[in-house]
Amino acid sequence: MKLPIFLDNHSTSPMDPRVLETMLPYFTEKFGNAASRNHAFGWAAEEAIDTARKQIAKLINADAKEIVFTSGATESDNLAIKGVLEMYKEKGSHIITAVTEHRAVLDTVKTLEAKGLATVTLLQVDKQGMVNPEDVRNAITDKTVLISVMLANNEIGSINPIKQIGKIAKEKGVLFHCDATQGVGKIPVDVQDMGIDLMSFSAHKIYGPKGIGALYVRKKNPRVRIAAQMDGGGHERGMRSGTLAVPLIVGFGKACEICGQEMAAESVRLTKMRDRLQSAIMGALEETYLNGHPTNRLPGNLNISFAYVEGESLLMGMKDIALSSGSACTSATLEPSYVLRALGVGTELAHSSIRFGLGRFNTDEEIDYTIKKVIEVVTKLREMSPLYEMAKDGVDLKTVQWAAH
Amino acid sequence: MAYSDKVVDHFNNPRNMGSFKKDEDGVGTGMVGAPECGDVMKLQIKVQNDTIVDAKFKTFGCGSAIASSSLATEWLKGKTLEEAQKIKNTDIVQELNLPPVKIHCSVLAEDAIKAALADYHKKSDAK
Repeated sequence: MKLPIFLDNHSTSPMDPRVLETMLPYFTEKFGNAASRNHAFGWAAEEAIDTARKQIAKLINADAKEIVFTSGATESDNLAIKGVLEMYKEKGSHIITAVTEHRAVLDTVKTLEAKGLATVTLLQVDKQGMVNPEDVRNAITDKTVLISVMLANNEIGSINPIKQIGKIAKEKGVLFHCDATQGVGKIPVDVQDMGIDLMSFSAHKIYGPKGIGALYVRKKNPRVRIAAQMDGGGHERGMRSGTLAVPLIVGFGKACEICGQEMAAESVRLTKMRDRLQSAIMGALEETYLNGHPTNRLPGNLNISFAYVEGESLLMGMKDIALSSGSACTSATLEPSYVLRALGVGTELAHSSIRFGLGRFNTDEEIDYTIKKVIEVVTKLREMSPLYEMAKDGVDLKTVQWAAH
Repeated sequence: MAYSDKVVDHFNNPRNMGSFKKDEDGVGTGMVGAPECGDVMKLQIKVQNDTIVDAKFKTFGCGSAIASSSLATEWLKGKTLEEAQKIKNTDIVQELNLPPVKIHCSVLAEDAIKAALADYHKKSDAK
């Protein structure tokens, strides 16, 4: 077992060696520009792109022609939201989304609202982080042009009722965008069955390279049109200009193919490891709280708050395990996780949260090590915690007058 | 953001971590911060003849907060009450190489020191 251990697979993932292998020829041998229609270098690149498009489309039950390549899920989110808003502005400019979306969605709609280009309804979520489809239905007006709800949350792993939302969107004639970055390749995604019109996802979350993502844009029932946000040579059927990153796309395709083949077995394995990690930790330590839905969550995701202990110090104590936390101290803005706040988890417990992201390359041995370390470090930090001391003395922390600075 | 060696050292080997007995004489206790902010420090000093003979801390907070309060107890031991009052957060920042985003941890430590001193004075004045 090698240290450090990587248990932060929601932030990114190690590339699968099989993916890397398929990419290599496209750097120095088959390095052509896929748009070069007149020579063998271009044709070879074009062929590789076609193959990748099919592999990617197959994973989500779409047509290859419905895949638009971007630099990543953030760009896909931007393209979907801004692209739809511009194209359908005759109809209206109202967007419905949820408070637990990724910043790539929230920031995009916020900026549009600030510029006076859109009005936004931000739906709340329930205590387990799920969007209620009826809330979506009730928010729709005749000026609504887009609903954007994520498939699975990156922090708490909760999986939203996408199929039900898709049905409502279809009923009401509103386009439905789904940021599926955390779900594609990990749980079954079927854009037809789920009624999705636009979908963002990226390669580096599924053991592919960083720097490449896709936006699924529906071609039939209805035919979705989006205004390009990157102008230039008219690539991707005019939807996203820019020379295609052939090696990255080849890798993306291969990563999707592997996920399609291995997803079923992998999710069983990861769920088992995650459940073992969860019950060992929560069984050994008191006052631990699971954040997110207990069962309807991503196979590899676990998010626990450890009362009386702050997240960054926990991470520091487990320095040979890569994890992340919802604590303010770990964020660039010194704000605690807005996702956890949206669940109604108090800020104190938000500061005490740790997110575990299990992935394809994690082993049982690594889980054993992690269990031991977590218990050890939480225990040590509780010894050091004035809050734990007060709680043990029977003080109700909610009644204390704190001298905050 | 890699942690400075000194911060890591204080985290792994905290100095004077713990609490004095509740009825112990000559103890001043300062509790600052708030759970919602992610930072709470409890700093205690034991005073004899106007000199701090012992100090203890407990902290809920990040590695830099723990290191700041641990360092504070190290510095307090052996100082007179007057000298202790002069400890500045900037001294802590320098000693621990705290980056800008962690400066507030040192400020909280300075607040904790002053709160402990004030508490001691309040108790001894009351006698």
